[in-house]
Amino acid sequence: MTIDKGAPAKAPLNIHEYLAEFDDIPGTRVYTAARARKGYHINQFAMSLMKAENRARFKADERAYLDEWKISEEAKQALLARDYNALLDMGGNVYFLSKLFSSDGLPFAEAVSTMTDMTWPEYRQMMLDGGRSPEGNRSIKENLAAAAARAQETGKDN
Amino acid sequence: MARITAGVGSSHVPLLGVAVDQGKSNDDYFGPIFAGYEWTRQWEKEQKPDVIILVYNDHASAFDMKIVPTFAIGCGESYKPADEGWGPRQVPDVEGHPDLAWHIAQSLILDEFDMTIINEMDVDHGLTVPLSMMFGQPEAWPAKIIPLAVNVVTYPVPSGNRCWALGEAIKRAVESFPEDLNVQIWGTGGMSHQLQGKRAGLLNREWDNKFLDMLIGDTDAARWIPHIEYLRETGSEGIEMVMWLIMRGALGEKTRLLHRHYHIPCSNTAIGHIVLEPVEEETVPA
Ligand SMILES: [Fe+2]
Repeated sequence: MTIDKGAPAKAPLNIHEYLAEFDDIPGTRVYTAARARKGYHINQFAMSLMKAENRARFKADERAYLDEWKISEEAKQALLARDYNALLDMGGNVYFLSKLFSSDGLPFAEAVSTMTDMTWPEYRQMMLDGGRSPEGNRSIKENLAAAAARAQETGKDN
Repeated sequence: MARITAGVGSSHVPLLGVAVDQGKSNDDYFGPIFAGYEWTRQWEKEQKPDVIILVYNDHASAFDMKIVPTFAIGCGESYKPADEGWGPRQVPDVEGHPDLAWHIAQSLILDEFDMTIINEMDVDHGLTVPLSMMFGQPEAWPAKIIPLAVNVVTYPVPSGNRCWALGEAIKRAVESFPEDLNVQIWGTGGMSHQLQGKRAGLLNREWDNKFLDMLIGDTDAARWIPHIEYLRETGSEGIEMVMWLIMRGALGEKTRLLHRHYHIPCSNTAIGHIVLEPVEEETVPA
């Protein structure tokens, strides 16, 4: 019997290093297991809006519908305010939260734009112009180092 | 025996489905996107694949957070388009190929890929949009579909290497199915996009095109790209591109490029599309 060994063996990734790198990406919350745990009921609430009868009950009385879920007061306030960045911090995931976009009748891209520093028309124009550049958006540490280097340069000039 | 004759990569942005369903695919915004699929539509008519293994991800439609399978294969008879919050797409039901699907599922498990088996589910835009892009609006989809769902939402998602190796195992599984079947494998999702946070809207034309280059020929460099590189370079949802590596892995050691297309933007996303065929090594006579 021949055994196909497949790809060359390599050392398993260090899970702590793997996860730590995610926190170095500017303006991004990677949907890690920790966030998935924290946001479980937020996401399951959002998922429930896939059903027309639940959407109707939610629209009739948002607060009362939210009170049926094991969601923190803070998260309920963020849901009522449609504060999507706050919800990402609390473990919300955009594919689940998008059920709330659509029950609000908001186009996906417009809802996404509310998480940025731009208005919807500005965001739409940025996308038409080729999107947000990865330049300066890859790494918080890299950005800090670059800023420090620039500050030093200016220091020398003066 | 059954054979994988070609691989197709394509974005699966939901807005493309809306464009098809509302007859907007020729307008100024969508026209340039759809023009890049014309070649493939004609080619698919000639190829007439019997079965398509369609690698995609569910976007909180069939699966919620209750169960998160890393790799799941659809072994059912048929699947209905999912209601994603605005009513199901008015597209034909998706017919499965349970004989081949169960054969692949069993083979993969024996090959040490511990698959989740799905008998019933609805399929969302991740699966139906690529069908619309490649086949237009037929009465019935012209091929049987084996859905292969990958978790690319909850981290850790499978590594690029694991995806590639799954593709290699799928190739072995298909080639051990006795019936003569023309099988294609499609990898969907991507390319660069980020749908969340302050960095939303990130696109990376240069990186995406390097990725397309890496699918062609005999390089396997793409299987070693770490998750962090997708996240930094292509946005948080660019990670969907690992699904293209299952397609690439299933084409064997070497591929030939048949068609390629890239367009920015479609909503928040960079559209990428590629058609590849496997290049079988010539067996040198002894
Ligand atoms: Fe997707």
